[in-house]
Order: sequence, then structure tokens, then C-alpha cells
Amino acid sequence: MDPHFKGFSNIVLKLNSEGETGIELEELYFLTTSLPWNLQLKGGQFFTEFGRQNPQHPHAWSFVDQPLVLNSMFGPDGLRSQGARVSWLAPTSWYTEAMVSVFNSAGGTAFSFRSPESSEIHGGAPVERGVRTFRDMLVVPRIATSFDLNTTQTLVLGTSAAFGPNSSGARAKTQVYGADLYWKWKSTTADRGFPFFSSQTEVLFRRYGAATRVSVADSTATLFDETLSDRGVYSQLLWGIKPLWVAGLRGDYVRGGPAGFDSPLRADRYRLSPNVTCYLSEFSKLRLQYNYDHRKGLGADHSVWLQFEFLLGAHAAHKF
Amino acid sequence: MKTMRQFTIAAAALIALSGTGAASARPLNVVATTPDLAALAREIGGDAVVVAALAKPTEDPHFVDAKPSHIVTLHRADVLIEGGAELEIGWLPPLLESARNAKIAPGAPGRIVTSQGIRMLEVPSTLDRSRGDVHALGNPHFLIDPLNVKVIVGEIAEHFAEVDPASAGLFKANLKRFDASLDAKTAEWQKQLEPYRGAKIVTYHNDFVYLAERFNLEVVATLEPKPGISPSPAHLAKVIEQMKAEKARVILVQPYQNRKTAEAVARQTGAVVVDSAQQPGAYKDTATYFQMMDHLVQGLAKALKEKT
Repeated sequence: MDPHFKGFSNIVLKLNSEGETGIELEELYFLTTSLPWNLQLKGGQFFTEFGRQNPQHPHAWSFVDQPLVLNSMFGPDGLRSQGARVSWLAPTSWYTEAMVSVFNSAGGTAFSFRSPESSEIHGGAPVERGVRTFRDMLVVPRIATSFDLNTTQTLVLGTSAAFGPNSSGARAKTQVYGADLYWKWKSTTADRGFPFFSSQTEVLFRRYGAATRVSVADSTATLFDETLSDRGVYSQLLWGIKPLWVAGLRGDYVRGGPAGFDSPLRADRYRLSPNVTCYLSEFSKLRLQYNYDHRKGLGADHSVWLQFEFLLGAHAAHKF
Repeated sequence: MKTMRQFTIAAAALIALSGTGAASARPLNVVATTPDLAALAREIGGDAVVVAALAKPTEDPHFVDAKPSHIVTLHRADVLIEGGAELEIGWLPPLLESARNAKIAPGAPGRIVTSQGIRMLEVPSTLDRSRGDVHALGNPHFLIDPLNVKVIVGEIAEHFAEVDPASAGLFKANLKRFDASLDAKTAEWQKQLEPYRGAKIVTYHNDFVYLAERFNLEVVATLEPKPGISPSPAHLAKVIEQMKAEKARVILVQPYQNRKTAEAVARQTGAVVVDSAQQPGAYKDTATYFQMMDHLVQGLAKALKEKT
């Protein structure tokens, strides 16, 4: 943009199952380049930097679908909104970055917060609540650190939280906490980045303060205030066998605490997903995945997915 | 009053000290994306610089991991030297985004994009990805032509002097010394390869065109069908036919390329596979640019002697 700011945008052109075309502004943000004291400001609409996978674009995912725990806490489109982020790079010899983001807490992509779809979590009719004070904003702090264990192995550790209002009541609040761990080994004589091994694990915990609310299913029924506790974890291993083949295995587990409303989204569930991906080039890939999916009360589902993805435009650059 | 004066004198002395100290006491933190650029920076910078390379000498420089430790390295850099021409496009931009270092911003004296001063080969006239991952700005493997190195070290010396004027004399002297050695070594390498003028060679990736042009060799085929695309059996069969027909019996591979594929082709064509790293430090005792080129030229000359 200019010497002080850089601009980024990701605009998605979508085709839904009815064949209708839609345009979505997935991300649009600026980033400062020359703030003092190791600070950096980001502003606009962007994926919230909570954990490892949430800020990644779907084309960077290593599996066809997103982990169950992210789906149940941040919804199918992930946690993203309009706001600003301040980040500070610590003046240490190893990488440590602390950041805090402040977002608009409303909208479909703020699923655990002021979302019109939040009745899927609490079963009540969502209330309209505006923004009066800072406490009506979504606040997301994160700290991440990284070490090179040796010349071939790197470790990244992070911890995040998200605090904000939810739409079950006028004063209701949600807290989400998470920790993430990523490890990667890459050969010293890597050819196009292969061979490699990597492991990624995220643990999330949510306390959803549901207010006394009118049931969506039965408008004469009242659901009393309660704290809905959910937790979940996923762990995935990737093996970059040779250029350009990757084998992956992911285990998922989510568990919802007791509640006055029986939400299928909060049911205990586990899933095991092996897959294999062939990167035909840097611009296209083919992926085959099997899911063994077990939901409490519903039993097991088996599914096989075939994914083909291609990229138009500029060469992608990826964060670690 | 007396204490006040003492304080003023002490403060003035301190300022004077830090003033002179800042110019030359601390060596410049130089970061190079690849080991070859790092080796050249060491030649020119001498004791006035501390140099770090982001890519390892044995790994594919197109696919370096954007590790968080590189963010810290870039954050502390006074100077960044990159190849440019999209060599680092897959990993350098996100690192620079996080490094928040204005000293190495595009256009700053601390930013050296070496490809900008080079006459690039193989600049495509049209951009078409059906031809593989072609670099829009030309072939980025240009440091194996010593004449390109001559241009680049000049640029490095200029930028270093601008960032650290107090050491400008040292950089100038180092440049003069290096240039003289480079001329002598280039003549030596030319002499070593002169008997094989017009010899046909095969490479794994399309990464030896600058060497071929400088030393009058001809790259007749690459084992990769297109840049960045793995060798397919059908393509290799074609290459084998071509090598037999054109009597090309030398295959150059870098440490990160699939040597087994090259060996299989060599067995069927009576060719020899030559380990030909373009990065200093990939093999034992090849830490400097001259040592790396000596290893490369000697290995190539020996193979050409055997096979022609």
C-alpha cells in the first residue's frame, strides 16, 4: 500500500449446492510495517489468531474437513471477524510473540459469541444485543513461542483464549481457552520439502454462560441459566514420504457437559481419519480420506472423501 | 554546581563514546537467504559483519521452512541479501511480514535483491503454468556464473558501505582483493573446462544453465519433465533415448535431488552422475565460494574427461 502499511485480501467465489454463485470477502486487512518497540498492528477482517489451525486458509489444511473441536466451538467457517490485533515480538534470542485481538463479537463467524446461529449451542432463541461497552467486544489474547531443537527439528507452543458476549441473553458471556503444540522434522537434504514428519495437537475448553432463555423447539418452555462446559482435542500426524506424497492420521475427540438442552453439536463424539494426499504440483492436489465417526446415541458413521483442489493466481507462501 | 558540571562532563563523554562506538564496534548483522550469498557477504564484510544464512546448503532453496526462528534472525538483521526472481517466494514473504524490521524493507539500503543487477536467462516471453513452476523473472540459479558474482559482490560492497560508512574502506579493500582472485579463478575454471567446449550434459532440475552458458557446455535435457514436476517414467524413457542419440554422458545432481533416479538413467546410458552442489558448505571443505566452484568444476571436468 505505502511505506507504512501492507494490504492483503482473500476473496472467495463460491458455488452452492443449488448452483448459485456467491462472493465472500473472506479476509481483507492491513498490516503495519514500521511501528516502534517491536509492535505490529493488523486491522480489517481476518481469521482470528487462536491456536494453529483457525488462522489457516482451508487450502492449507492437511485434512478434507476441520477438526471436530474447532467445528463445535468456532463453527464451520472458523472464527473470523472485523477488528484489530496488536502483536509484540519479544526481544529474546528465541521466537516469542504475544498478541491481543479485539473483534466485533457479532455474526455467523463468531459462532460461540453473538451469533444468530448460537441456538445450536444453547437451544434458546438468540437475543438481539448491541455494543455498549468494551465488554461487548470479542477479545482474543495469544502467546506463542518456538525453539529449534536441532537443525532438523522445530517445536512451536502456543496458548490462546477468547472472551466475549454470547447471544443467549443480554448479559451472557463465553470463555474459550486453548493450547497448541506443533513439531516438525525435515530432512537436511529435503527435495521440495520432502521427506518430513510433523505432529500437531490442539486442546480447547469452553465455558458458555447460557442465560435463562425461551426454547426454540417449544416457545412455551423456558431453559434456565446454566454454564455449558465443552472440551475437545485433536491430534494429527503427517508423514511426507517422498515428493509429493503425504500420509496423514488424525484423531478427534469432543465432549459436552450436561445441559438442559440436548444439542447434537455438543454430543460426545470421536473420529479417526487416515488420509493420503498427492500434491500434483505446487498448484494442485488430490486427497483421499476415510472417516470413522462415532457419535454418542447415533453410533458409527463411515465416510470416504475424495478432494481435488487447485489454485489460480499467485504462488502461495506459507507460514510455518 | 560542581557535581552538576561533573555530571555534564561524564554525560558528554558517554555520548561521545557511544557515538564512535555505534559506527564500527558492533559488526553488521547480515542475513542471506542462501549459503552462496552468505559466503560472498563474508568475503566482502570480513570482520565488520556477522553473517547468517536461512537455507541449509543441502536443501532445496525453493522450499525452506518459514520457521519462527528465522523471524527473530530477520528482525535483528541490518542487511538482508536475497536472490530474488521468485527463488524465495514460497517462504520469505511471510517471514518478512512478521519480522517488522524497517532496515530491510524493500528499497532500504539494508535490502539487496541480487537478481536485479543480473542479466537473467530464460525469462519467459509468456507466462503459462502448463509449463511447470516457471519463474516469471527468469532462471534464479545464477551464482554459478562467476561474472554474475562479480556484479553481485560490487552491489554488496556498495550497500554495506551505505549502511556502515565507517567500514567503507574495509569493504572496498575486500572487494578489490576478492575481484582479483575471482578473475584469476575464473580463468582457471575456463581453462579446466575448455577441452570440453560444446559438451552435452544433463541436469536433474533446470539449474545449471548459467554454468553451461559461461563455460560453453550444452544442457540437452533435464530429468524433471518441467520445473518442479517429478520425473515420470515416460519422460525418463525419452531422456534416455536422447542421451544415447546425442552422446550426453554426464548427469549433474544437487544433494537434495533424487540421486537414485539419476543413477538409473546413468546405468542405461553409460553416463556418470556428478555430485554438483551449488551451495558452499554442502560438502566437506567447500565453505567458500571458490572452494564450492573448485569442487563443481573439478568434478565436472573429471566426468567429462572420462566420458568424452
